[in-house]
Amino acid sequence: MQDQEDACRLTGLGRTYGKGVSAHRALDSIDLTIRANEFFTLLGPSGCGKTTLLRLIGGFDQPTAGEIAIFGRNVAGLPPEDRPVNTVFQNYALFPHLTVAENVGFALRMLGRPKAEIAATVARMVALVGLEGMEHRRPDQLSGGQKQRVALARALAPGPKILLLDEPLSALDAKLRQRMRSELKALQRETGITFVFVTHDQDEALAMSDRIAVMQGGRVQQLGKPEEIYEAPANRFVADFIGGANLIPARIGARGAEAEGLGVVPASGDLGAEVTLAIRPERLAILPAGQQQPGDLGPLRVAERIYMGNELSFRLEGALVPLHVTLPRGGLRGAQDFTPGDAVCLRAEPGAIRVLSS
Amino acid sequence: MALFDARAKDIRNLPGFGLTATLAVAFLYAPIVFLVLYSFNAGRSISRLDGLSWRWYQAVFANEEIAGAALNSVLLAVIAASVATVMATAAALAMVRMKVRRRAAAYAVLNFPLMVPEIVTAIASLIFFSSVGLGLGFGSLVIAHTTFCIPFAYLPITARLTSMDPALESAAADLYARPWTQFRLITLPLLAPGLMSGWLLAFIVSLDDFIISSMLSGPGSTTLPVHIYSMLRLGITPEVNAVSSLMVLASALVVITSGLIARKHS
Repeated sequence: MQDQEDACRLTGLGRTYGKGVSAHRALDSIDLTIRANEFFTLLGPSGCGKTTLLRLIGGFDQPTAGEIAIFGRNVAGLPPEDRPVNTVFQNYALFPHLTVAENVGFALRMLGRPKAEIAATVARMVALVGLEGMEHRRPDQLSGGQKQRVALARALAPGPKILLLDEPLSALDAKLRQRMRSELKALQRETGITFVFVTHDQDEALAMSDRIAVMQGGRVQQLGKPEEIYEAPANRFVADFIGGANLIPARIGARGAEAEGLGVVPASGDLGAEVTLAIRPERLAILPAGQQQPGDLGPLRVAERIYMGNELSFRLEGALVPLHVTLPRGGLRGAQDFTPGDAVCLRAEPGAIRVLSS
Repeated sequence: MALFDARAKDIRNLPGFGLTATLAVAFLYAPIVFLVLYSFNAGRSISRLDGLSWRWYQAVFANEEIAGAALNSVLLAVIAASVATVMATAAALAMVRMKVRRRAAAYAVLNFPLMVPEIVTAIASLIFFSSVGLGLGFGSLVIAHTTFCIPFAYLPITARLTSMDPALESAAADLYARPWTQFRLITLPLLAPGLMSGWLLAFIVSLDDFIISSMLSGPGSTTLPVHIYSMLRLGITPEVNAVSSLMVLASALVVITSGLIARKHS
């Protein structure tokens, strides 16, 4: 089936900067397949290699190892102008001396399309991103959100097989960012174009993506659907980076995982192995210390009560690392509130504790 | 109330600033004011005013030698500035793509001629052109002027280029523009104000040059500054003032044009 064809296949892809001892491995042997028509996100902190990977796909940089195939065609050594891929740049990179219409029509003009076709496509693209009436403005007469839309329209106009988006929302304010998320996702569904989206913002990634590759140190740490990444982090890094899990050092004992100061929680593994327990702050319940049962974490002391409107969170001390528990606002109804100094314990939802090798 | 009052640190609020500034400006412009004033002298003296007239300007415009020298100067400045601008643009384009350390080295090499005393460059050029058999004349002047114009043209061009978003060329490539088209449709139009300022600066520097021109000009290729100097030796009349005033006017026009271009694009 056409839809199941791979949009982009990366095999053993590497990019090393510099030589000898000062060499920096920005990308280390990446194997990745991006499916056609999916919204694929490269997520990671700055310096993780996500932008390097995007630049390699776009042809702005060449790999030092491995291969890139776009819809089955090896694009090794091809410059950006020979790849069926277009890019939305981080700061938009709109041509400041050209109008909105000229920016949007630029690629079609380069491809030598007839004037009438260019005009029709530009009109369609401008309408698609909701910028009717702005065709004759220049970029410096547009707001940040409007520039963003022009950049999108410009990259979509030539009908790319893959659209690359390099942190396109990072220059927008919080409210607009929220709205552009929904619009981007809708645009991707409407056009059916494969989107490869780079971001360091986990909320963005979780909200928009079909699949996410979490990157760190030039490698893919985990590849999966947003739910898989969030609920079943593959390692410590992913657990910490996505959603900020509690990461508790522990050792596998005879009755389960023993965490210093917290008791024993049910877990299996090699006896004596050092592990990390990862628990999401919202999958814990907070109870008075007197109600502690076997398997609960405690006793702990409330160090800080943090009210954030839609949720309430507590920072707890008494273990090797401070622990966090977050209650949705509704979750507090009927439950007891706590103040700093209270002795408490924590009860994890079934299946909430993940044991990660340290 | 701002936490930090910027005005307190403003140099303009220091005592005596106004007086110092006035004296400095007066010192800079007083000679030029006198030069222009005496160019309108009705008499032959350059130190005693005998009424005002246009006679020395009429004398300048009637003097064919001055016209020839002026034509030489302008032609030379146009050619030198144009060639220097092209070469400086090529240098700037290459250098913004260099790594920082190499760029610093290239920058030093390019700008070193600015630090060398001009008389040294002049004598070196004279000896060099004689020894390679090029001789004196318009050709040698063009080569020498082009050479010393390059660093002047380079500065505004590279300033403009470094302020340009390098992603723009990437974007053009991404949108299927070939390298030459990227340059023609994106880089060049955005670079235009820098090219204009660079060209004008080079033009003025070439037009005003005396030392190198006096060494290298041969018969028939005398430039205006060299000719003015030779007029002095024959006895000074306000005619010298008049032709010098015209050069001041030409320079001022170029500087104002350059400033207007810079302001329009800032």
